[in-house]
Amino acid sequence: MNLDFSIVINALPYLWQGMQYTLQLTATSAVGGLFFGTLLALARLSSNKILSNTAAGYVNLMRSIPLVLVIFWFFFLVPLIAQGITGAERPIQIGAERTAMITFILFEAAYFCEIMRAGIQSIPRGQVYSAYALGLTYGQSMRLVILPQAFRNMIPVLLTQTIILFQDTSLVYVISATDFVGAASKIAQRDSRLIEMYLFVAVVYFVLCYTLSFLVKRLQKKIAVIR
Amino acid sequence: MNYNWNWGVFFQQTPDGDGAYWEWILAGFYWTLAISALAWIIAIVVGSFVGTIRTTDKPWLVRLGNAWVELFRNIPLLVQMFLWYFVIPEFIPPLKNWMVSTEPIYAQFLAAVLCLGLFTSARIAEQVRAGIQSLSRGQRNAGMAVGLTQVQVYRFVLLPMAFRIIIPPLTSETMNLIKNSSIALTIGLAELTFRSREIGEYTFNFFEAFTAATVIYIVVAMTANRVMAHVERRVAVPGYISGGK
Repeated sequence: MNLDFSIVINALPYLWQGMQYTLQLTATSAVGGLFFGTLLALARLSSNKILSNTAAGYVNLMRSIPLVLVIFWFFFLVPLIAQGITGAERPIQIGAERTAMITFILFEAAYFCEIMRAGIQSIPRGQVYSAYALGLTYGQSMRLVILPQAFRNMIPVLLTQTIILFQDTSLVYVISATDFVGAASKIAQRDSRLIEMYLFVAVVYFVLCYTLSFLVKRLQKKIAVIR
Repeated sequence: MNYNWNWGVFFQQTPDGDGAYWEWILAGFYWTLAISALAWIIAIVVGSFVGTIRTTDKPWLVRLGNAWVELFRNIPLLVQMFLWYFVIPEFIPPLKNWMVSTEPIYAQFLAAVLCLGLFTSARIAEQVRAGIQSLSRGQRNAGMAVGLTQVQVYRFVLLPMAFRIIIPPLTSETMNLIKNSSIALTIGLAELTFRSREIGEYTFNFFEAFTAATVIYIVVAMTANRVMAHVERRVAVPGYISGGK
């Protein structure tokens, strides 16, 4: 067997395009997932039974089925929903790339919800009471008192989840979206150079994720000192 | 939304002519269970070993264990699956020859089991290490004081305690493993998710097929949860918060 890594060098511009999509997908899903996850967490902790049960049901459903299956669900569901909303005659195809974004935001919301819920529950009850005693409304006390602290306490966990998300985005491969792995596998199959390509992909992911998780660990130590 | 639900699809004959579509779902489910079960055994054995050596006082063993965990944790599972199926056999000619000559399903199965087993072993190693390190220093010292060797201290004192403590995180790793086994579809293994998608492609009844798979995954997750909760109660360490009395 002779390895020829020039194939990787030649494919770098195309791979970079894939990586850009991977990063874009990661960033969008992290921000969107955190936003909806926080709303879900508030719903789960709400005293309204219907609201909290619905949120809990959604989170448990998302967490008990494989991400690949969720991706398939949305890949076929999103066009129908888009059709329902716009009243078009046929299902509206919005492409694998955009479908993946919607899927990951909704899927990650379930995981971010659990993190934010733990974060909110880690705040002493006195904080809520003092906020109410000051005359703040529910919205104000959440926005100005509870969530900033919960968010800050959970930063290391949120970042770790984002690294996991970064790795999980590779699964858009199953709907043929051209992310980093998708781009690599298209080149690998075209040139029959799977070994070089997949080794390169593994090394890139390893270096990126290892560095990022190292930085998160350092940040965690820093934050722990302040608290 | 206009979608014509047709639950009768599971009783239609498959194009390969040996049964109805529900049998495809069942066959896929068996593969999911088979992969998960074997990978779980590998993960527990290797993970316990790696997790244990990370708590010893030998720096090179600790570093080896840490490297193992970092290696498997920082590469996406999908990429690891490709490495096990497409890349690693190229470096081991006898394995390559066997994979080419045997039925594809066996080659896929071997790659998937090794991939998921070792991937999960890194995560279990992390739990085992945390479990051992959560024990008070006195346990190890007491073991040494009564004259046990280091291996015996682990075998009779530390590991039995650690395993009882880490059952909750082990449960969620087990669920993750079952869910992760769906990634084997990327190398063509016809497990549950693969089959449900295939039924969708043959019949265009995607949502019925996905619903069937979803329900099965939920039932499996709930069953595993119940079983482990039972085990947890049985082996709970008295005096610990989760241990009750």
